[in-house]
Amino acid sequence: MNAGKPAMAISVENIVKRYGDFTAVDGITFHVNDGEIFGLLGPNGAGKSTLIRMMTTLTPATSGRAVVGGHDVAREPDAVRRTIGVIPQALTSDIDLTVEENLSIYAKLYEVPKAERERNINDLLEAVDLTKWRGAQTKTLSGGMRRRLEIARGLVHNPRIFFLDEPTTGLDPVSRVAVWEMLNHLKNTRSLTILLTTHYMDEADRLCDRIAIVDHGKLVALDSPMALKASVPGTNVVEAQFAQESAEWPARLKQLSGVTSVESQSAGMYRLLTSDGSLTTTQLVEMAVSSGNTLKSLSVQNTTLDDVFVHFTGRQLRDEQVKALGFVMPPRPGMQP
Amino acid sequence: MTRMMAIVEREMRKFFRSPTLMMVSMMLPLVQLVILGNAFGGKIVGAKVGVVDYDHGSQALKVHEAFNAVAANIRTFTTTEYPNEQKAREDVRTGKLDAAVIIPRQYSRRVLAGDSPQIGLVVDNTDLTTSGGIEAEMQSLVDALNAPAIQPKVVQQIALEIVELYPYVEYMKYLLAGSISLAMYVAVMIGGGMLYIDDKARGVHEGYLVTPITKFELVLGLNLAGTIKAVMSGISLTVIGSLLAGLGSIFHPETDLLLLLLIVSTSIAFNGMMFLMMVRVEDPLVPRAMFGVLNTLLFFPSGAISPVKGFPPWLRAIAVVDPFTYAVHGFKAILLKDGGLDAIWMDLLFLFGFGIATLLIATPLFKRSL
Repeated sequence: MNAGKPAMAISVENIVKRYGDFTAVDGITFHVNDGEIFGLLGPNGAGKSTLIRMMTTLTPATSGRAVVGGHDVAREPDAVRRTIGVIPQALTSDIDLTVEENLSIYAKLYEVPKAERERNINDLLEAVDLTKWRGAQTKTLSGGMRRRLEIARGLVHNPRIFFLDEPTTGLDPVSRVAVWEMLNHLKNTRSLTILLTTHYMDEADRLCDRIAIVDHGKLVALDSPMALKASVPGTNVVEAQFAQESAEWPARLKQLSGVTSVESQSAGMYRLLTSDGSLTTTQLVEMAVSSGNTLKSLSVQNTTLDDVFVHFTGRQLRDEQVKALGFVMPPRPGMQP
Repeated sequence: MTRMMAIVEREMRKFFRSPTLMMVSMMLPLVQLVILGNAFGGKIVGAKVGVVDYDHGSQALKVHEAFNAVAANIRTFTTTEYPNEQKAREDVRTGKLDAAVIIPRQYSRRVLAGDSPQIGLVVDNTDLTTSGGIEAEMQSLVDALNAPAIQPKVVQQIALEIVELYPYVEYMKYLLAGSISLAMYVAVMIGGGMLYIDDKARGVHEGYLVTPITKFELVLGLNLAGTIKAVMSGISLTVIGSLLAGLGSIFHPETDLLLLLLIVSTSIAFNGMMFLMMVRVEDPLVPRAMFGVLNTLLFFPSGAISPVKGFPPWLRAIAVVDPFTYAVHGFKAILLKDGGLDAIWMDLLFLFGFGIATLLIATPLFKRSL
């Protein structure tokens, strides 16, 4: 190992997974450092879960190589399994068993000795705030509590590396924040390396040290959230909605100071990337007033990972989510057809 | 070993947390035992027979007396007087009567003259059970009328003396062997088939696959748990079913030991068979869809309902490879005939062998990855 270079927990090199003619993962390469929270961000069907399944020995790779905890996944799958904890996307704890029984059975599957098993279960129940629910049947728990139980279950054998596949999908905002805090706490207290997949940009932004954006089975960007946002031309996003639409607006908006791109959305809404949010906003208001148009709404914010996704893929992540769910957004009140 | 037992522990805890499931898996065979056991094989009682008497002589009176004796004692049928044959036949055809007896004119005279007297019996042979019961009763009645008043010193007719080894076996007792086997099959179908596929679909197996458990440990754990559930179901049905059917053989320790051996071997065979069928199935609807078909395919050719010897050759061929056949034969041999190990060792051998063979085939087919 080179001095000063962080030790590597996961190394994935040119990994490919094909199902017949369909390529789910197409030659992805990345490395995860020890102690890092690494996020795989992408829409549903991007290949994130397939990638995590290949790293956790669940699915054999078509080609390429993955080394997890120093062990080759293809050659030493059992050694990899002992090193890792895995929380699948679905809630898979047994609803008929109690919280403690779920943890105990998984500890036995990892052959954790009795004394250590009891100590681990107590510590983990404390860490995920489920101590007083230890004797409760899992079916009586809320979704957030069940997700916390799953997290404890994945750590019951003290793994070095923790894989979580969309850990907060289906949770309410309060439970999501609770899970983020818990993961951060567990990472720090247990010296964990965490790899998680998510399609929530705020989750990736808040939780991850580095993010790999995956789209159509390919890695399109990889860096820290800050660096990824900085890589997008413009540091602010201005969203403005005009009362009357006009074909001239995109061209006129493009001429405002600092504007690098203008995206026309529906119902007179425009999204501008700009290097100087305050100046662009001032000019935009002046332009609206001088042309006798009315601004229905105006907001200024920093560049988000959604902008990063748009920048690298040409599409919005949230649009991809809607498409993946087959969901049609209902029209907002007052929206023009 | 710890990992395999963890699988067993999980399955058993889950099983005991669902008492309804346990009850349901035993309910069908018990209902079948009680309903079918009482519905089939019983003696015909209260059939309606019309009597048309064209003779009204002294010998016809004897026939009437014999009918009255039947109605008063074994009650196979009761009689109603009819004025003419045509009306009686019509009522048999329309179902108002089950049979009609015609005593012809000159009957008494022909009896006394030894001139081959005849009594007519009209039956509804669309119902073979009732018509058979009435015919048998009528035949014994006619035999009694034919018997000479004084027995000759030398009996010229050859008689067949039938020695029945066991007391009369009611159909419910006959059916018990099949019901016990069916209870174990249902337990395996639910516990080893449906729950296994449901767990796969819910991602529980994905959770197992990321642990260091080996393929062999996982297969053995799942099958051991399934076998224990089937054994529990088999023991419960043997005890409850024997008590319902009035069989006291379960109170002999040696019989109990043989029954336990048979229950364990049957459970292993059924579980191995179910695991082999389900090992590559992913869709939770498949075992549900297969349930009825498998039930018919395996249970009915086994001899549980009617003897294998009455089957056409192709059905007998199914019976030869059907583990149900050996389970049913074994249970009958122990429960009804007190046959001992000599009577069931071939059944035990087949069932253990079948279970091990199916597991050996299923293990390589079990996928250690998704």
